[in-house]
Amino acid sequence: MSITVKNISKRYGAFTALDGVSLDVRGGGLLALLGPSGSGKTTLLRVIAGLESADEGVVLYEDEEVTHRSARERNVGFVFQHYALFRHMSVFENVAFALRVRGWKQAKVRERVGELLKLVRLEGYEKRRPSQLSGGQRQRVALARALAAQPRVLLLDEPFGALDAKVRQELRQWLRLLHREIHCTTVLVTHDQEEAFEVADRVVVMSRGRIEQVGSPREVFEQPATAFVMDFLGHVNVFQGRVRNNRAFLGEAVVPCPDYPHDEERLADVYVRPHELDIDHRAESPASLAATVLHVHPLGAVVRVQLQAQAGDHSLNVELSPERCMDLDLKSGDRVYVAPRRARVFVPDYSI
Amino acid sequence: MQSNLTALASPSAPPIRAAHAAQRSKRVEEPLTSLRCVRGSDGKASGAHRHDPWLVRWSLTLAALAILTVLIIVPVVNVFYQALGRGVAVYWHNLFGDRNTRHAILLTLTVAPSAVIANLVFGVACAWAIARFRFPGRAVLLTLIDLPFSVPPVVAGLMFVLLFGLQGYFGPWLRDHGIKILFATPGLILVTAFVTLPFVVRELIPVMEAIGPEEDLAAVSLGASGWQMFWRVTWPNIRWGVLYGVILCNARAMGEFGAVYVVSGHIAGRTDTMPLRVEKLFQEYNTPGSFAVASVLTFLALVTLALKSWLERRERREIAEALTDTNARREP
Repeated sequence: MSITVKNISKRYGAFTALDGVSLDVRGGGLLALLGPSGSGKTTLLRVIAGLESADEGVVLYEDEEVTHRSARERNVGFVFQHYALFRHMSVFENVAFALRVRGWKQAKVRERVGELLKLVRLEGYEKRRPSQLSGGQRQRVALARALAAQPRVLLLDEPFGALDAKVRQELRQWLRLLHREIHCTTVLVTHDQEEAFEVADRVVVMSRGRIEQVGSPREVFEQPATAFVMDFLGHVNVFQGRVRNNRAFLGEAVVPCPDYPHDEERLADVYVRPHELDIDHRAESPASLAATVLHVHPLGAVVRVQLQAQAGDHSLNVELSPERCMDLDLKSGDRVYVAPRRARVFVPDYSI
Repeated sequence: MQSNLTALASPSAPPIRAAHAAQRSKRVEEPLTSLRCVRGSDGKASGAHRHDPWLVRWSLTLAALAILTVLIIVPVVNVFYQALGRGVAVYWHNLFGDRNTRHAILLTLTVAPSAVIANLVFGVACAWAIARFRFPGRAVLLTLIDLPFSVPPVVAGLMFVLLFGLQGYFGPWLRDHGIKILFATPGLILVTAFVTLPFVVRELIPVMEAIGPEEDLAAVSLGASGWQMFWRVTWPNIRWGVLYGVILCNARAMGEFGAVYVVSGHIAGRTDTMPLRVEKLFQEYNTPGSFAVASVLTFLALVTLALKSWLERRERREIAEALTDTNARREP
């Protein structure tokens, strides 16, 4: 079942949580809303669920408008950040809740709850209270509870935020498998880039109540649409330079910039990821920058080299393979050349 | 480590809940901390106490005991002694032989529960509004709730006389329609409800804030109607807090004197509640009768105290559970 959101705006007093957001979620897909805190991702999820009403805009499930329907009528499965399990009920009754309020017969309730507890691998825990479960187990009870009444969409608010790294890792993989099994349209909110990339097949990057970019994890990472996306997803080196005639100038270095064919010279930011920079002892290309090695940090699979660019006193981070680092034999204080294999130039808007 | 970081990064429920729970347990905590002091001083500190001169230790202990005896134990025991001094038969006759005393007991058993029910309904609704929603006038409402605590009961009674009395705003209209409020049971219920209004609300607001709105929202998202949400999720979470508020409210409602005195008109056999009856019997030099009624009130107070400490112990256990809960969440 697909979800369509059109032009949703939501304000809390002077604060704009959502600013004209439009989005399509494909039926059966697993989409992640990714952004820093305050970017509006949780508000958008709550608007989709009907737990929050938008000031403007419409929400459609398939072709049916649900903007003014309450959460109760929308039949969604919502998993809260801190699970919100009913503390006075057993695991069984928690999962059975949605069925009980729908007036299911006891025998059918028992059958369905058994099915769900099997799905989330919590058979034998029926009689436990939420307070007697670990974080990961609570999360799975919350999922089973949300799935009980066969919701049309499954919405997860920072589902793994309160768990430690190892449990989080396991649950992510498990969620992927679960999604493959139940094929329920799923929207997940997270501030963790790794989590979004690992679990979702589409990622929506949000910032300050707006959508910055929508795409597959690969697209978003490889072709960031805006400087914000580039900056938010992983480490990045930022250079201030000037652009003119399809080229960007960083001191004496020249980088191609096909997006700016104009004669007029402008200031621009050039973004280069640490693994897209190369170090050499000689200037091999016109894009090379002279720099001094400050530190070499071996981090296992990669070696991070911290350098100081000679032009503009700019500090740089470069990630090299351990082999390449061995060949270069880098030491603190070495004078080397750094060349970007790939750079992205973001020219500030003309309107400014 | 990582989970601590995320807990810091998202300023959401667990730490806040912990804070609320701590706030809520303040009242309960006092005996806890004093207990801890005693236990903690078992080591060095109490060793030092053991070397205090015996004179100091004994005189301080005796002074404390003397004050306790004179101020609390003797008066309370004396109430029962005076009441029962001439035997159970006389006591029984003093309580139920007098038509007016009988009526006073019955009236208190009508007025207090009615006021408590009114405050229960109002208290739950009001605490819900204040704990769950942010609306203009919320701060004013919070202050207004406390007003009955700061208005002297006699003044509260007068306010109702000025409203419903014959010279008051509604007096003539009420008389024309044959409705009696002043000098009748409705008036007694009204003032009692006014005087005891803050108990349930004040008890429930911190409870509801500590629990947070998420379980309610979860119930709605799972398809529960408003009533289903309330009875299946909200009520089980707040019921002990409600009971605590109700017990305090009831104790105050039964013992209320000043406000009731003003609006009752003091008509024996019609508007005298138990505290008014105690005073009237005493003024009539019927000391045994007055003490008999007083002993019933005192007994109810002792029952209230027992219930209250039982509930507090229970609540403390639940808070401890909730706190380990929160810790478990942060370090699973």
